[in-house]
Amino acid sequence: MNAALRKMGGLLSVYYAYMTAYRAELILWALANSLPFILMGAWYQAAAGGAFGFTPVDVTRYFLAVFVIRQLTVVWVIWEFDQDVQRGRLSQYLLQPVDPVWRYLAAHLSERVARLPFSALIIALFFLIFPPARFVPHASDVLLAITFATLAFALRFVMQYTLALFALWTERASSLESLMFILYLVLSGAIAPLEVFPPELRELVMWTPFPYFIWVPARLLIGGADVDLMRATVVCVSWIGSLLVVNRVVWRLGLKRHSSMGA
Amino acid sequence: MRRLGVILWRYWSTSLQAELEYRSNFLVQAFGSSLALAGSIFALTLFYRGGGFPGWTFEEGLVVQGLYSAFSGAIACVLSPNLSRIVQHVEAGTLDFVLLKPVDAQVTLSLRVISPWGLPDLVFGLAVIAWGAARAPARDGSVSLALLAVLFGALIIYGLWFVVATTSVWFTKIYNATEVLRGLLDAGRFPMAAYPAAYRFAFTFVMPVAFMTTVPAELLLGRGQPTMLLGSALIALVLLVASRAFWRFALKSYTGASG
Repeated sequence: MNAALRKMGGLLSVYYAYMTAYRAELILWALANSLPFILMGAWYQAAAGGAFGFTPVDVTRYFLAVFVIRQLTVVWVIWEFDQDVQRGRLSQYLLQPVDPVWRYLAAHLSERVARLPFSALIIALFFLIFPPARFVPHASDVLLAITFATLAFALRFVMQYTLALFALWTERASSLESLMFILYLVLSGAIAPLEVFPPELRELVMWTPFPYFIWVPARLLIGGADVDLMRATVVCVSWIGSLLVVNRVVWRLGLKRHSSMGA
Repeated sequence: MRRLGVILWRYWSTSLQAELEYRSNFLVQAFGSSLALAGSIFALTLFYRGGGFPGWTFEEGLVVQGLYSAFSGAIACVLSPNLSRIVQHVEAGTLDFVLLKPVDAQVTLSLRVISPWGLPDLVFGLAVIAWGAARAPARDGSVSLALLAVLFGALIIYGLWFVVATTSVWFTKIYNATEVLRGLLDAGRFPMAAYPAAYRFAFTFVMPVAFMTTVPAELLLGRGQPTMLLGSALIALVLLVASRAFWRFALKSYTGASG
């Protein structure tokens, strides 16, 4: 147990050093996430018409929360894994006594820490430009949001890593992710808060993994009373659990299939 | 001019041959584009569940969506495969080879490859434009003016993209600077009327997304003034000249792979 923790600690510090070496890239990645701000404008204007049951300021806070949650839950493991399979780096990782998943996890976690200051800066700037949106979330809401953001990250990581494993057969799995990403954008609450979905559709979507990526944690951050916490926890955790099982099965099968490339 | 034509033909046929090695990818792309289009149309219906965009019917909104899809298809065919290579050229030092060839370097860098993967987006986008325009309230729109507006819009995007990609001569590793630009182009999914005044100002004068989809749609639907074309043409011209000047300026500080 101690040895495992020491390994993870080592990986984390290595990848944190990597991430800070590319600070300029981190700023650009944070800026590239402009979609929440664009949709914030469109929904701000739509809410001003008064037909939606929320005010423009509510919308602004919601999409700001979407931005925060997306910053906290970015996952790119599938592109990394594709490259590692194609370039034969995976074979080297397999020779080491650490499951490669811990490397990817360490890279993602340390990037989070390295990115945090830039995200904070963007939010501070936004509050400066648009004072009406300023708000201080309750401590309990923050706690809940962080909990569900962590679950969201876990779910997204497991889901993408499971898809990534198909690269062991096809050498290129990222096209699967681009399909999944479209569903993610539309159904997660990234393009519109789930409140504006037709009620039947919303009910259906709540059983899929998608709203737990963005809508649930974002809504909790701005003090959402209309989230069924019990159900959210059960659905989210069962998706994580079942995908974990699938992931380990596919990993075993894939390793048997895998013949190293390029090494 | 004839020589340029021959060169371009060679460039494109070789790059197409290379891409067509991955034919099965085409099905995935086509499926992806139809899914993406369905997603965007769904998003549009959400706005129209209450109010919608002031002054725009749902069908008119669809025309803007279609233009956006067609533009992203064209960008995926021509713009992004070429301009993302500038960064690689600078990083790997192969920009030297481009500069040494007796063909204008900006032309080579901008038109070297063509990729078929944007075609589904382009075709679906055109279909949505046709469908929406046929059902939109009848006014006397003009297809030729709209096409001119599309051309200027394309030149504006090209100019912006080329300037951003050129900055890699100084910063080397900025794969994602163009991602920032691409992210901002997302604003073209909706007509400008969908945004608050501050956004409209920014999308017209700072990051001219308005000229990409809204202006062509307005001309096609007969809602806009032909004078808007003048604005488009002016900005396109300014950006083209600026991109050329910026490229020359950048080359002055380019020291080659070893420098």
